[in-house]
Amino acid sequence: MASAPSPEVLRAPLVLEFPFTRSLGPVQSAFLTGLRERTVLGVKTEDGRTLVPPVEYDPVSAEEIRDLVEVGAAGTVTTWAWNHEPRRGQPLDTPFAWVLVKLDGADTSLLHALDVPGPDAVRTGMRVRIRWAAERIGAITDIACFEADDGPAGGGARPHSGEFGDPVTGIVALARLDYTYAPGRAQTAYIKALSEQKTVGERCPSCRKVYVPPRGACPTCGVATAERVEVGPRGTVTTYCIVNIKAKNLDIEVPYVYAHIALDGADLALHARIAGIPYDQVRMGLRVEPVWTEGARFPDHYRPTGEPDADYDTYKELV
Amino acid sequence: MSGVRSGTGKEPVAVVGIGQTRHVAARRDVSIAGLVREAAQRALEDAELRWADVDAVVIGKAPDFFEGVMMPELYLADALGAVGKPMLRVHTAGSVGGSTALVAANLVAGRVHGTVLTLAFEKQSESNAMWGLSLPIPFQQPLLAGAGGFFAPHVRAYMRRTGAPDTVGSLVAYKDRRNALKNPYAHLHEQDITLEKVQASPMLWDPIRYSETCPSSDGACAMVLTDRAGARRSPRPPAWMHGGAMRSEPTLFAGKDFVSPQAGKDCAADVYRQAGITDPRRDIDAVEMYVPFSWYEPMWLENLGFAAEGEGWKLTESGVTELDGDLPVNMSGGVLSTNPIGASGMIRFAEAALQVRGQAGEHQIDGARRALGHAYGGGSQFFSMWLVGAEPPTT
Repeated sequence: MASAPSPEVLRAPLVLEFPFTRSLGPVQSAFLTGLRERTVLGVKTEDGRTLVPPVEYDPVSAEEIRDLVEVGAAGTVTTWAWNHEPRRGQPLDTPFAWVLVKLDGADTSLLHALDVPGPDAVRTGMRVRIRWAAERIGAITDIACFEADDGPAGGGARPHSGEFGDPVTGIVALARLDYTYAPGRAQTAYIKALSEQKTVGERCPSCRKVYVPPRGACPTCGVATAERVEVGPRGTVTTYCIVNIKAKNLDIEVPYVYAHIALDGADLALHARIAGIPYDQVRMGLRVEPVWTEGARFPDHYRPTGEPDADYDTYKELV
Repeated sequence: MSGVRSGTGKEPVAVVGIGQTRHVAARRDVSIAGLVREAAQRALEDAELRWADVDAVVIGKAPDFFEGVMMPELYLADALGAVGKPMLRVHTAGSVGGSTALVAANLVAGRVHGTVLTLAFEKQSESNAMWGLSLPIPFQQPLLAGAGGFFAPHVRAYMRRTGAPDTVGSLVAYKDRRNALKNPYAHLHEQDITLEKVQASPMLWDPIRYSETCPSSDGACAMVLTDRAGARRSPRPPAWMHGGAMRSEPTLFAGKDFVSPQAGKDCAADVYRQAGITDPRRDIDAVEMYVPFSWYEPMWLENLGFAAEGEGWKLTESGVTELDGDLPVNMSGGVLSTNPIGASGMIRFAEAALQVRGQAGEHQIDGARRALGHAYGGGSQFFSMWLVGAEPPTT
C-alpha cells in the first residue's frame, strides 16, 4: 500500500546495533556449556518428554524443571526450507537448508542449518549429524551446522548432571536492525530551509500555533499543517540546565548549558546549547541568536544577542 | 460515595497476592525468565494459589530495545504458567507497570476473568537504557543531555514558578533513601546516608544532583488480582481497588505544561471521582508516586491535587511527606531507591496495596486505609494511577 517515495523527501540508512548481555540462568548455562564440550543437553518434562533445546519451566504444568539429559549428536530432519541467499550473520555463507532436527532421544526439534549441495539433497526424514565448530565458546554457534549422516537412528536420552568445569554463565548477543529512515515532507522542508540558515515552522490552521520543527500535523487539533512560517532567528531562553557529565559520542566540553529556546514567532521551544557566555551566567529570559559553522546542518549553538532579558510574563506560557 | 457503583455493573477488584524480587544492580544468576518467575511465584504464595488458579496473565515492560529481546512475553509464557491461557503485553514507557496492572484489573472488573496474574519487569543490567532512549536519527541533531538533561530544565521551571528554595530536592532524596533502609526489597540501602552527603553529591544536570537521581536496577513485581469470590478465599486481607485511570498526551505540543501536565491532572481527577475522594490531602493516607528525580515529589504533589499550585514544596519542606508525616510519600523508598524501569510503576501500585493490607513491614503507615499508587512515563506523557482501600468499595 505504500506509495513511491517522493524524490524531494530525504532518506538515509539508519543502523541500530548494540551488544546486549544475557545472564543464562542454570538451564541455558548447562546447555551452552555442554555445546562447548560437544554434549547436547535436553530437559525432562513432568510428563516424561525430552525438550531440546531445554527450557526452565514446564510448558504443561508450569513447574520448574531441572532434570537434564544428554541426547545424541545425530538426528532426523522433521521439516525444512531452502535458503537460497544467506544473509549476514547466518550460519553458512553458501545456500543451505534451514532444518528442524529431532536429535536422537529428544521429543522436540532444534532449528539449525544443514550444509547440502542443493534442495534436491534434502528431505524430511533424512538422517543428519552435528558438525561441531573448530573453536567452541559456549554458544549455539558451537554447532557450526548439520550435515548428512548415513548412520542408523538410535539412542535414548541419558541422565546428565549438567555440571561442567568453568561453566558459561552469560553471553553477548549482538542485535542489529537496518532501516531506511525518511523524515517526511514537513521535516524535509525544515531541514532544507536550515541549509539556507532559516528556521521555518508550520502554522496549525485551527489553533494558529506555530510548530518548530514542524511535524506536518498539529498534535493538539489533529489536523494537517501546511502554512510555512519563518521564525527567529532570535529567541528567548525559557529554561535550561547545566550539563556536567560528558556524553558519549558528543564532542562538547563540560560544563555546558542545554537550553530550551523559544524562537521569536514559535509557539514551543526547541532545544539547543548556549555558548559565548560563562555557563553560570545563563538565565531564563536571556535573548539569544544562532551561531552557524560552515557546512553544518544545524546551528552549532546559540549566543546572547546583548538585548535586555525578556520579561517572564512574555514567555512563561512557553516554559 | 464509592467508585464502583452498582449501576456500572463492574466487579470489584481485589489484590490478594503481591510479590517482588530483591531489586539489585545486576541479577547475573537468573535469566529474564528466572527473574519474572521469582516475583510471580512470590505473588502466588502470598495469595496461596497455584498456577492453575490463574485465568490470564498481563505482563508489561519498557521498550524491547532495553534488553534487545523482541516481544519477550512470547518466551516468558512458560515461566508465567500462561500456556493455554490468554497473555497480554502492555507498553506505555515508564508508566507501564501501572498501566499493566490497570489492564489486568479491567479484565477482572469486566468479568472477563476471575483471577489475573499481572507482572512487570526490567533487567537493566542486560541492557543500555540510555542507548535505547536516544537512538541517533538521521538529519537530527544528537540529543544533547540524556534523560536527566531532559527533565532538569523542567525542574528549573518549577523552581522559578514556585519560588521553591533549592534545598527541597535534597530533602526528598534524603527521605526516600532513609525509607528504603526499612524496605528489604529496595535496591539502594545507603546505611550511612546524611542530608549533607546528598547536598555534597556532584551536580550532574544542574539543578539535579547525583544523589537526586534514580539507580538502574534488575527487578520484577507481580500481583494477583481477583474478583469478590476470589477475595473471600484470600488467606490475607485484600486491597480493594476504588479507582483506576490512565491518560496520555503528546510528548511536545504548543501549550504543554511539563511542570504540571494536564493529562496527570485529568487522570487523578478521574481516579478521585471513581473513589469518591473530594479532598485528596485529607482522604488519602499514603501516596506512592513515581519520582525518578527528587524534585518530582513537590511537582506531583501539586499535579495530583495534594497541594495548591506553587505549594507542593512546602509539604516536602515541612516534613508532611516523611514516613511519620501526615501524608507519607514513597514509603518504599520510591523510584529514587529502586528503578527496574518497566517494573517501577507496578512497584508503586503494589506498595499502595501493601499499605492498605497492613503488610508493608517496617515501612508500614499505621492505620493506612486508602493509598494512591502513581506512575508516569515517556516525556511526561503517559499517566496511570490507582487508589486502593482496606475496605471493599460500597455498592
